[in-house]
Amino acid sequence: MEYLLVQVLNGVQLGLLLFLLAAGLTLTFGIMDLVNLAHGSLYMMGAYFAWTFITWTDSFLLGALLALPAAFVLGVVVERVVARRLYARDHLDQVLATFGLILFFNELVRAVWGPEGRSIAVPKFLAGTVEILPGVPYPAYRFALIVVGIAVAVLLAWLVARTRLGMLIRAGASNRRMIAALGVNIELLFSLVFGLGAVFAGLAGLMAAPLSSVKIGMGDDILIVAFVIIVIGGIGSIKGAFVAAMLVGQIDIGGRAFLPDLLKAFLSPAAASGAAPAISQVLVYVLMAGVLVWRPTGLFGQRS
Amino acid sequence: MNPRIVVTGLLLALFAILPLLTQAVGQPYLLSVGTRVVIWTIAAVSLNMILGYGGLVSFGHAAFFGIGGYAVGILAAEGVQSGWLQWPVALLASAAWAAAVGALSLRTRGVYFLMITLAFAQLVYYLSSGLEAYGGDDGLNISRSRFTGLIDLRDKAAFYWLCFAALAATLWFCSRLANSRFGLVLRGARSNELRMTALGFPVFRYRLAAFTMSGALGGLSGILLANEGAYVSPAMMSWMKSGDLIVIVVLGGIGALFGPLYGAIVFFAVEEFLKPLLDLLHKGWGEYWQIVFGPLLVVIALYARGGIDSLLGRRHG
Repeated sequence: MEYLLVQVLNGVQLGLLLFLLAAGLTLTFGIMDLVNLAHGSLYMMGAYFAWTFITWTDSFLLGALLALPAAFVLGVVVERVVARRLYARDHLDQVLATFGLILFFNELVRAVWGPEGRSIAVPKFLAGTVEILPGVPYPAYRFALIVVGIAVAVLLAWLVARTRLGMLIRAGASNRRMIAALGVNIELLFSLVFGLGAVFAGLAGLMAAPLSSVKIGMGDDILIVAFVIIVIGGIGSIKGAFVAAMLVGQIDIGGRAFLPDLLKAFLSPAAASGAAPAISQVLVYVLMAGVLVWRPTGLFGQRS
Repeated sequence: MNPRIVVTGLLLALFAILPLLTQAVGQPYLLSVGTRVVIWTIAAVSLNMILGYGGLVSFGHAAFFGIGGYAVGILAAEGVQSGWLQWPVALLASAAWAAAVGALSLRTRGVYFLMITLAFAQLVYYLSSGLEAYGGDDGLNISRSRFTGLIDLRDKAAFYWLCFAALAATLWFCSRLANSRFGLVLRGARSNELRMTALGFPVFRYRLAAFTMSGALGGLSGILLANEGAYVSPAMMSWMKSGDLIVIVVLGGIGALFGPLYGAIVFFAVEEFLKPLLDLLHKGWGEYWQIVFGPLLVVIALYARGGIDSLLGRRHG
């Protein structure tokens, strides 16, 4: 029972991390109609910025706080230099150009930070555990990730639903030419949205770093999962991205945690523990295929 | 004379005698690069069928490398060494998978199609990495297919010629297809799906047939790739390989018959050229050639849609 609770929390934590990445992606997708493969590179750059600033300031919090504006600036630069030229182009051009950006960023990191991975230590004040229920300890850092993740999700929901910027974002998602015609500075709006997406991606990257490592190409695989999430949720829908991220987080963690025991009924222990992570990944894609067959524009997507 | 015919003819002639050339200059390394260029060209030609003629951005084509390769690898690991059995099974498996994926994904459009083809490719990728009995993440060393008495695939030159023959057959098939009634329907649906439907063509079935053939040819390249390295692994179908294939097709010229050949040559040659060029500027920079290659792709996407093929003059048809 306690094991189940801890695994569910791990799923929530992974889901929130994926949501941070997917939120920026679904905004750029929904508003600017851009397939941005380089979003995973922003995730990686966030982690590398954080590593540099944390090493420099010797403080996790300070380093993280410095890394976020750096990610924002990088996002705005990428938008101004490359991304904005792609909005009106077809998806093939976007795939090709942002694929080129991935190669560029991966190689840039190798040139600047070196080929070997870096690690960010869990900050001291979060190194222990917290008791979520009497007698059930949970790692404090993961718990902090859940708190931060929920806070950011609430902030984003508020931003999109209650502020003027959010109103423009929603208007842009339904008809960007119309709001441009109404006199909204759409270029500035696009830069802001892209920069915001970069901040969320960078935040996800730096928060994930202490749990794994900071390495070249760290964003490449998780990016695909983020894409799957926004397709399941419906492109352009923040709510959809949140629901889908939670689903995917639970499937991934649940599969890793419980499939090995289930599989041992049919397979040798070694084969079972080897196959379980693969099968839990496969389940995520099966979910996506199922959703697309059932509702071709995702759970919360607009019917066209 | 049409420069396209001259350039293509020279390239094909060069490729036809490549083993003799590399032997003459004593560079056997070049032959293995050439073999890979030929195999990747077959894969890119098969992608071009669906991407170029069909206008459908499939982002999971590397899966067919894996399905073709793993079909050969698993059969070899189970003691079935004969290529006469392995290859048809691998081709059928690729075609069957393509038919199933196509039946589901061709119902979607645009970016959803792109994502669902990518998702199915990832599905195969993770399935293969979960196959602990066949190496899991580490991949599987295999012995090459046997065609006893006919050809020994361990002989590098003989294997190269086999790949080249496969490429020639693929190109011939593709050119016949593109100019057939079938190909015209496919290209018509790319320009205007609604109009083709209104004319009474079952566009979905045509596309599904094209997707299935494209998958089978992709499987062929997988079979060859597995035999080239005597090794299969999940890495051969990572989504970055699907990206590489798209790069090759666009680089060469979308929907151009020989585009994938130009694209693959440039894609593999660019590393060999950029490295020394950058090293010339500053010692040690050559290692980071992708810093130049990445932005180059951006520029191509933005300003050079026609690819290399368009440099050879206007295409008719």
